[in-house]
Amino acid sequence: MGILTKKDARLILDPLADDNPITIQVLGICSALAITAELMASIVMAISVLFVLGIGNVVISLMRNIIPSKIRIIVQLIVVATLVIIVDQVLKAFAYELSKTLSVFVGLIITNCIIMGRFEAFALANGPWRSFLDGIGNSLGYGVILIIVGFFRELLGSGTLFGHPVLGDAIEKTGLYATGYENNGFMILPPAALIVVGIIIWVQRSKNPALIEEN
Amino acid sequence: MAVNRDSNAYTVLFAAGLVIVVGSILAYLAFSLAPAIAENMRLEKQQNILYAMGVNENVDEGSVNFVPTDKVADDFKKYIVDQLVIEGDKITSNKEAYLIDLKKEMTAAKNGAVQKLPLFIGEKKGKKFYIIPMYGVGLWDAIWGFVSLDDTLTVQGVFFDHKAETPGLGSNINQRYFMDDFTGETILKDGNFVGINVAKVNNDPKNNIKDDNEVDALAGATITGDGISAMIKKSLKLYRPYLESVKAKN
Repeated sequence: MGILTKKDARLILDPLADDNPITIQVLGICSALAITAELMASIVMAISVLFVLGIGNVVISLMRNIIPSKIRIIVQLIVVATLVIIVDQVLKAFAYELSKTLSVFVGLIITNCIIMGRFEAFALANGPWRSFLDGIGNSLGYGVILIIVGFFRELLGSGTLFGHPVLGDAIEKTGLYATGYENNGFMILPPAALIVVGIIIWVQRSKNPALIEEN
Repeated sequence: MAVNRDSNAYTVLFAAGLVIVVGSILAYLAFSLAPAIAENMRLEKQQNILYAMGVNENVDEGSVNFVPTDKVADDFKKYIVDQLVIEGDKITSNKEAYLIDLKKEMTAAKNGAVQKLPLFIGEKKGKKFYIIPMYGVGLWDAIWGFVSLDDTLTVQGVFFDHKAETPGLGSNINQRYFMDDFTGETILKDGNFVGINVAKVNNDPKNNIKDDNEVDALAGATITGDGISAMIKKSLKLYRPYLESVKAKN
């Protein structure tokens, strides 16, 4: 990491594993449940959050010395909502197709607790560059989990990846379905994401016992 | 420079300033982008109408491919031979019928006005298509679409879209594997207008039976599917007098 100091690099790398926003801080669960039925939707959401959190953290960080503490949460909400609407409107005018895919995510991004959480916990107390790195790191950590969950839910629930059938044809009973395998309809439903996230948390904590809380 | 950031005056001033700045940015943006967005939406509507009558660039069984935006205005003129507006018993021709806002018309109808019903007549290779716009509600927000019928009132193609259905579940109503099932279905049963039901319990997942007034539902999207069924039924009810006259001609 030539351009980043060790301390800066940790801002990016920590949220990917030992300080992951979903599996360790348990933030952003709601959107992780809602949109991970398909791999493509997971990736689109991950990129959108990367964009909004990266820029939002910088904006909040630049304003950190003038925001009145009494209304800071409202100010954070306004910043994130403004950013999301600007992106949505510009896409609608110049990349209409893409905006249609993204429009359903707009509300989910504004209310994503990871974004508010990072504004509150990091950007309000740190400079713009470090806040930017923190935003990128956390949204990558969020995105990684989203993509893992999306991969398993789409594969086991629909037998497809990116919409392409990979296990054979479920109706014509070819490929794996010829052996009597059936798609698991439960995987498509939001509760299945909780189970997948739970398994990821389990695996992660058994690999790194330091994460386990003492009772 | 010691400004007390905790004072009420500062808080109020800051809030007011922020609102003015953010409001101006958004207003400027909305104002300057509005024409481009309106044009995109107009072309999209033309693409959707053409899609429902089978004028599209679909290849094999993959994704939805519309007529490209630079060609759509010409194709729309070529294939849509007439646009009608039905107001009660009065039927008029109107070149801009496709721009009628169905939602506004529905609200007007609720308040006692006569609802303007747009209907598009397409012609491809000598065959006539009657294309009906639809508007309804899904799980989270609006759903809409177009259905094209031939003169025996058999579905020739549909197009559905939505504002905010759940990604990966209800949002898939605009995918080929859902929309293609409607083609060939009839909206009549023993001469009655019954529409097409998006059925969860379906003994015909391959959709081989075309006269059962049913298509297979999407897993995990019960409310959206019910919304589609209701939307089709409601729209056909509105257009029933006209469609009966079409059928009677044959």
